Amino acid sequence: MARRHQVRSAGLTAFAAAALASATLFTACSTDSPDTRSDADAITVSQPWVKALDDVAADGGMTSAFAVVENDSDRDVRIVSASSDVAKTVELHEVVESGGTTTMREVDGGIVVPAKGSATLDPGGEHFMLMGVTKSIRSGDTVTITARFDDGSTETVEAIARDFNGNQENYSPEHTGERS
Amino acid sequence: MTRVSRRTLLTGGIGLAGIGVGAAAVGVGHEVSASTTDAPSTLPFFGEHQSGITTPMQSHVNFIGLDLVDPADHRVLQSILRMWSQDAANLTQGRPGFSDTEPELAGDPSRLSIAVGLGPGAFASPALASRRPGWLTPLPDFAIDRLRPEWGQTDLVVAVACDEPMTLAHTVRLVIAPVRTRTRVRWMQQGFHHGRNLFGQVDGTVQPDARRYDDLVWNDGREQPWMAGGTSLVLRRIAMNMDTWESLDRHGRELSMGRTLDNGAPLTGSHETDDPVFTATSGGIPVIPESSHIARAHRRTDREQFLRRPYSYDVPPSPGSGDTSDSGLIFAAYQRDPVVQYVPVQQRLSDHDALNEWTTPIGSAVYAMLPGPREYLGETLFA
Repeated sequence: MARRHQVRSAGLTAFAAAALASATLFTACSTDSPDTRSDADAITVSQPWVKALDDVAADGGMTSAFAVVENDSDRDVRIVSASSDVAKTVELHEVVESGGTTTMREVDGGIVVPAKGSATLDPGGEHFMLMGVTKSIRSGDTVTITARFDDGSTETVEAIARDFNGNQENYSPEHTGERS
Repeated sequence: MTRVSRRTLLTGGIGLAGIGVGAAAVGVGHEVSASTTDAPSTLPFFGEHQSGITTPMQSHVNFIGLDLVDPADHRVLQSILRMWSQDAANLTQGRPGFSDTEPELAGDPSRLSIAVGLGPGAFASPALASRRPGWLTPLPDFAIDRLRPEWGQTDLVVAVACDEPMTLAHTVRLVIAPVRTRTRVRWMQQGFHHGRNLFGQVDGTVQPDARRYDDLVWNDGREQPWMAGGTSLVLRRIAMNMDTWESLDRHGRELSMGRTLDNGAPLTGSHETDDPVFTATSGGIPVIPESSHIARAHRRTDREQFLRRPYSYDVPPSPGSGDTSDSGLIFAAYQRDPVVQYVPVQQRLSDHDALNEWTTPIGSAVYAMLPGPREYLGETLFA
C-alpha cells in the first residue's frame, strides 16, 4: 500500500532542488566519481506527523508515525530501523491483507526508498510503529523520530501529533519479519 | 560546510522539520509561474500578507470560529498554527494535506486561501497577554444589534475560501480534524459571493484604493511589531428579512440604499463607480436621502475606510420555526485599526440607516489576522 514512485523533475520542490544543488557543489570537486554520500545525506524526509495517543495503557501504548521519504541518489536506500524519544521501541510496519482482514506486521528487510524515487509512509501502508509509549501524545505535541539506514547513518525529524482515527488495523506481533 | 548546512536544514529547527519545507518553495515558485497562460489557479500561501484578504473575492467561503480548549497554554496554539500551516501550504497549491485521507479531493485548489486570525481569547496565556493589539477588544454595543451568543466572538477564526465547494468542504475538514481535541468549533459561517446581495443590491462598491492598502489595510507593526503585515477582521452576521423587504416597492428600495437597483449607481449618477453627490437636491429635497445607507456609511474622514468582503448566506430556516427564509450577509471588513476606521461608520449606521428596518446584526466578532507566513502562521507572535 505504501506509494513509491520516481520523483519527477517537475515535482521536485525548490528546497529539494536547492539541496541537490548544494549536493552538486559538494561533489563538484570529485566530478564523475560515484556518489559517496551517506544514505542519510541522500535522503530527504518531509511531511512527518504522528497519530495522537490520548489514553496510554498501564503497560504502554502504541501509535504510528508517517512521512514522505525521498531519495535523490542513484541507489536504493533502505530504512532498517527507527527510534523515538517517546517510545521504548519503534518497528517498521506494513499493512497486509489476508483472508479479508488487514493486519499490521513488521516489514521484511526494512523500508526501501528507490533510487531517484520516494516512499510515502501513510496510514494503511508502511509506517513507523511506536511501541511502549508511556506518556500520552496529545495533538500538537512534538516527538522526534530517528530513522537508521543500511549504512548506519541516521536522519532525525520532529513530528507534530495530530488527532486521527485511522491506521487501526489489527496488529499481528506474532509475525516476526527478518530484522536487518 | 555545505554538508553541515544541509543537515541543519533538514533536521535542525522544529520549524523546518515541522513544516513541509518543500511547500514553502512551491508557494514562492507559483509567483514566478503565475504569468503563464495555463497557470494553475493557486494563490500563494507564503509571503508578506495572507492570501484571501485583498485577493479578488472567491465565490465560496467558510468562516470557522473555534475556541481553544486550553487557552492558557500558548504552546498548543503555536502547534495548531504549525499544523494549519503544514496543510495550508500543500492544499493551497493543489497537493494533499499531511494527514489527508481524501487526497484525490486536493487536486483542484480553485484559488483556495486559508487565512487565520486570533480573537482576544487567544492571548489568555501570560506569555502572550502583552502582545494583544490594543484594538482587539469587543466592539461597542450598537443599539441595532440583536446579537446571538451562538454567533459570537471566538478565540480563533479560519477563513477558508475558494471557487469550488468540494475543495472548500475538503479543506475545512482538514482544518478541523487534526486539532479536534485541542479546539471546539463554535460556529461555521458559509457564504457565497455574487456582485449583489440577496436584496438584489449591488454590494461591496465602496472600497479603498488598492494603492492605499499598505496604509489602510495592513498593519505597520508600530504598536505590536509582530503584527506587521497582518490586519484586523470585523465579522458581522446580518440577518435580512426577506418578507418585509418584499413589501417595499422598487422606488422605496432605491431610496433606502441611495443607489439604483439596476446597476448600483448612486441616485445622482449613472455608473456604479460614480461618486455620490449628497448635496444634490430636486425640488428642495436631497436626491440621495440623508437617511439612506450610502449617505450614512459615507466616510466623514480619510481614516474611515476599510476593505469590504461581503458574502451572502442562505441557510434552511429552523425546522418548525415557520420562517420562510434564513438569509443575510456575512459582512467581513478588513482594516488596520477597527476602532479608528470601522467603528465610527458602524456607529452612524446604528444611529440611523434606512436599511435597518429590514436588516438585523445577529453576530459580531473581531480578530487579529496574522501576518503572512515565511515558515508558519504566527511565527512572529512566538519569536
